[in-house]
Amino acid sequence: MLQILIGGEAGQGLVTLGDLLARSLVKSGYHIHVTQTIMSRIRGGHNTFSICVGRERQTAPREPVNILVALDEDTVRLHRNALVPDNHLIILDEGVSIEAENCVYVPYKKLAEERYLNVIALGVVASLLGLDKTLVGDAVAASFESKDDAIAQANRAAVDDAYAWATQTAPATIVALEPAQPADAPRLVINGNEALALGALAGGVKFCAFYPMSPATSIMLNLARHADIMGLVVEQAEDEIAAINMAIGAAFSGCPAMTATSGGGFALMTEGVSLAGMTETPIVIVIAQRPGPATGLPTRTEQGDLEFALHGGHGEFPRAIFAPGTIKACFEQMSRIFALAEASQGPVILLTDQFLADSYQDIEPFSIQKTTPPEPVLPSDTSQLYSRYAVTDSGVSPRRIPGAGTELVDVDSDEHDESGHITEDLGVRIKMMNKRLRKTRILLNNIVPPDYSGDTNPDLLLMSWGSSQEAVTEAAARFRDTGKRVGTLHFSQIWPLDPELFINHLCGAGRVVCVEGNATGQFARLIRRETGFEVHGHILRYDGLPLTPEYIMGGIEHE
Amino acid sequence: MNEHTLTIKDYGTRETAWCPGCGNFGILSALKQALLAAGLAPHQVLMISGIGQAAKTPQYLNTNFFNGLHGRALPVATGARLANPALSVIAESGDGCMYGEGGNHFLAAIRRNINITVLVHNNQVYGLTKGQASPTSGTGFATKAQPHGIHSSAFNPVAVAVAMKAGFVARGFSGVKEHLADIIRQAIAHEGFALVDILQPCVSFNKVNTFKWYRDRCKPLPDDYNPQDWHTAMKTAATWGDEIPVGVIFESSAPSYESHFPVCQTGGPGSGPVDSEAFGRVINSYA
Repeated sequence: MLQILIGGEAGQGLVTLGDLLARSLVKSGYHIHVTQTIMSRIRGGHNTFSICVGRERQTAPREPVNILVALDEDTVRLHRNALVPDNHLIILDEGVSIEAENCVYVPYKKLAEERYLNVIALGVVASLLGLDKTLVGDAVAASFESKDDAIAQANRAAVDDAYAWATQTAPATIVALEPAQPADAPRLVINGNEALALGALAGGVKFCAFYPMSPATSIMLNLARHADIMGLVVEQAEDEIAAINMAIGAAFSGCPAMTATSGGGFALMTEGVSLAGMTETPIVIVIAQRPGPATGLPTRTEQGDLEFALHGGHGEFPRAIFAPGTIKACFEQMSRIFALAEASQGPVILLTDQFLADSYQDIEPFSIQKTTPPEPVLPSDTSQLYSRYAVTDSGVSPRRIPGAGTELVDVDSDEHDESGHITEDLGVRIKMMNKRLRKTRILLNNIVPPDYSGDTNPDLLLMSWGSSQEAVTEAAARFRDTGKRVGTLHFSQIWPLDPELFINHLCGAGRVVCVEGNATGQFARLIRRETGFEVHGHILRYDGLPLTPEYIMGGIEHE
Repeated sequence: MNEHTLTIKDYGTRETAWCPGCGNFGILSALKQALLAAGLAPHQVLMISGIGQAAKTPQYLNTNFFNGLHGRALPVATGARLANPALSVIAESGDGCMYGEGGNHFLAAIRRNINITVLVHNNQVYGLTKGQASPTSGTGFATKAQPHGIHSSAFNPVAVAVAMKAGFVARGFSGVKEHLADIIRQAIAHEGFALVDILQPCVSFNKVNTFKWYRDRCKPLPDDYNPQDWHTAMKTAATWGDEIPVGVIFESSAPSYESHFPVCQTGGPGSGPVDSEAFGRVINSYA
């Protein structure tokens, strides 16, 4: 297993380089996991694209670096302390004057024009790692083909030149990757947001409205890319308030509908969340978290909006909140929650974050067979006496779509009677509140239980939620290697909670530590509120970077 | 239903929560006449409103309705219409809701040219919250919230809509019902965004712009008026004083927003099954 960290300024083609290297590694039979750190600017600054690569499945971000591809001097300065002693390589421009060991100085200017710098770097790294030149050249040509054939060929030639230089001139590498067999079947190379977009398509989404906000935007860009072929409408709204209200209007008119935003945009959406609760309109909201308050750190990661997702929206009404822990889970959960929104006729929220949104993995192609889009809502008869809010035992009133039949579908954000008309009859108010709240039972019946693994009654139980799942799993595995008895308890659904599903794990552990990416331990607080159980310790991270196995282990050791 | 001949009674008669003498009664009545003239059965119509006394109108009509949040009628209408282009979507609310709280949505809906009819009850005052200034209140208009009179200038929705070359822009008066009903009928028939700004008195909270005030000023446009002439329309829209022209002030033809979405040409996105063959192609593009 190696980690390759590519660093440089925005505008240097770093993501293209990283993406092509990652895809070439997967095509060569390796597994990868990519983490990106980005500064909020179009040019300059310092960005990174880190690839963990090996013959075995790669899951979590790691800190030690084996190959540092430095597109500028700053990259060497900022990351030299992360280099693995004696097993590292720095690839940098020959013009750079910096004292470091194990450097490969590449004559970028002599090999090609400046605009091919990233492709030359790709060729050099790929050659040093022993990847097949044709395979890399094909990947490069394919990625530029749609723009211009001449550009594609020029980039392929740059790869050839880089390979020629590297094989003749570069020193024998001291960092080696064990050879792998090319994969038999194609694997997806996909990030968390792409998985969410594909999950939404599989889950039957037909209407999406959004206002651009990092790190949620790419979900909608992926949906827009496939809108025509998949028969859906993707609309950029004038603001987040409009986005959620459009989605609610579309859902009322019969489309499985969603919106996606980050914390600041969700702040604007909250009256819409409440509207969905009151009008009993199924809607899916993705919140891709980034550090707040206010504008915060727009391109970094955090798990700081759990309590906000839980409480955003005035009044009391049922909601479900999911927080997938892996890229695969992003697809699986997203493909199911439209059906849950329809079944419970209300808002369902999915929390992700910048780390998961921008992390790539190679993954088996998703299958549509296992997904469950909502059943279409059909007109029943020609009776005009349809009541949208008929009181039922389950709390769910049969839904109809306006215009689909002759029944009139009337809904109101005011408290309303069974026919959907405004009322101030306080007895009706209580009936309607109780009816809406009864739908919580449907959410409870469909809970995704927390995932427990490891020793029973362990000395140490690491509890987590959302995107830190794989970092926690990896940290636990390394602790076990040192003889510790460790368990992990991961929540990919954070509301509603059923304590019966996990309380024994908490009470049976010697010490319970909650790992989360925020400053105040929001999930631990929620667990205490719902169960009375107080965790014994916290590992918190709120510097904008993702939780890593090293960070978690360091936290436990310093407790 | 097929053999049923539509009558005004099909749109219902319900008890309202409006003050006696409110301009809303005339507007509700004109709307029913317009729906009948347009031949729209109740189930073919979706009324979408915000919050305010005007926004209660759909409560008193037999149609589909979505009574949403203050200021948010237009985005709900946009979503509903894109989801199901077969519905006749009418957004109806007051001046505070449409031009104040929902101002950004008003501009965006005009730019989209989404095929909805927007009826705005404009009484130049907030009624439901009991008498504060609205975006269309005249400068100097005194209220309990603005005891020294309003310092801001009044928003002219008709002039803004014409300046943006909105598809259909009209001004009506609740006191001339037949004329108003005909304007609303034309607005519904227009393929694209249609605004009808409807002047009306508020008997409880606006003692300046009374029924008489409007009646003395509102003058129907002459028969030879050409709503296709944008320059004339701008001048007409800006006319506000001793004389206030009412009628269809501007009309243009541009493709409706829905017509740009392939899926809206085939009945709308609906909730149909996921095309697994297409999904397979999408998945392969990530390999």
